[in-house]
Amino acid sequence: MIGLQHYLTLSAILFAMSIAGIFINRRNLILLLMCIELMLLAVNFNFVAFSRYLGDETGQVFVFFILTVAAAEAAIGLAILIVLFRNQRSINVQELDSMKG
Amino acid sequence: MFHAILFYCFSAVLIGSALGVIFSRNPVHAVMFLVLAFFESAMLWLLIEVEFLAIVMILVYVGAVMVLFLFVVMMLDIDVERIEGGFTRYLPLGLVIAGLMVVELMQIIWFRSSAELASGGFVATPEGYSNTEALGAVLYTEHVYAFEIAAVILLLAIVAAITLTMRKRPGLKQQKIADQVAVKASDRIRIVKMDAEGRE
Repeated sequence: MIGLQHYLTLSAILFAMSIAGIFINRRNLILLLMCIELMLLAVNFNFVAFSRYLGDETGQVFVFFILTVAAAEAAIGLAILIVLFRNQRSINVQELDSMKG
Repeated sequence: MFHAILFYCFSAVLIGSALGVIFSRNPVHAVMFLVLAFFESAMLWLLIEVEFLAIVMILVYVGAVMVLFLFVVMMLDIDVERIEGGFTRYLPLGLVIAGLMVVELMQIIWFRSSAELASGGFVATPEGYSNTEALGAVLYTEHVYAFEIAAVILLLAIVAAITLTMRKRPGLKQQKIADQVAVKASDRIRIVKMDAEGRE
């Protein structure tokens, strides 16, 4: 029977994979943003699973707000990315060292 | 039983598409895999009767956010070859950290959890239960302030995105609307009083 533990396991695997993705794609900024989206998805899985396990809708309301904040974050992050690309002609993270001093 | 088969199928596709996001070299492919991941997770949420959020997930995430990502990926001409140079350098470190996290979380979820958690399926919903109705009843009463703050955050995101990406090009001709509206007749025409010219 599929229960809370299966969903938590799936969420843990997704979260660990997105962290591995951040380590692996350390150069491409746009892939880093996508890995953050994947991580938020794993968190949402936890909220939804516990909401259904406890029979309380508040967890789903939290997922709703996380979706809102994630959409805002994606919009602002991509805007910053575009400005960065306009100025530097590159989105390579290794080259963003102009504030190193 | 059918429920379990569906769960494992959807989970397999979800994990496969997440692997695709991480390992694909082309950013467009990564966005497409991410779309598939969101879709599969929406299906998994439908399985445990979280219908409203599943539909919102598809409409908002796949419909808006991922298309925004795709726009940006296609607009910027990213030099993939140059960026992907150090691809394998951090691969062992990333895999070790991810493996450790999974092992520790599994230990907590499966072996250290209480018997109550281990026995638990999900709460059965009563007859005639509407997920959207229940969510709305909570959202607009208990969490109405948070709801309004979320609206303000979205407005902030619009303003921030526009102000960040708007640029003034030098030499671009544009109207000054305020000056045009504030102009008076006396600024534009000059009435000259003069005598009529006599006939030759």
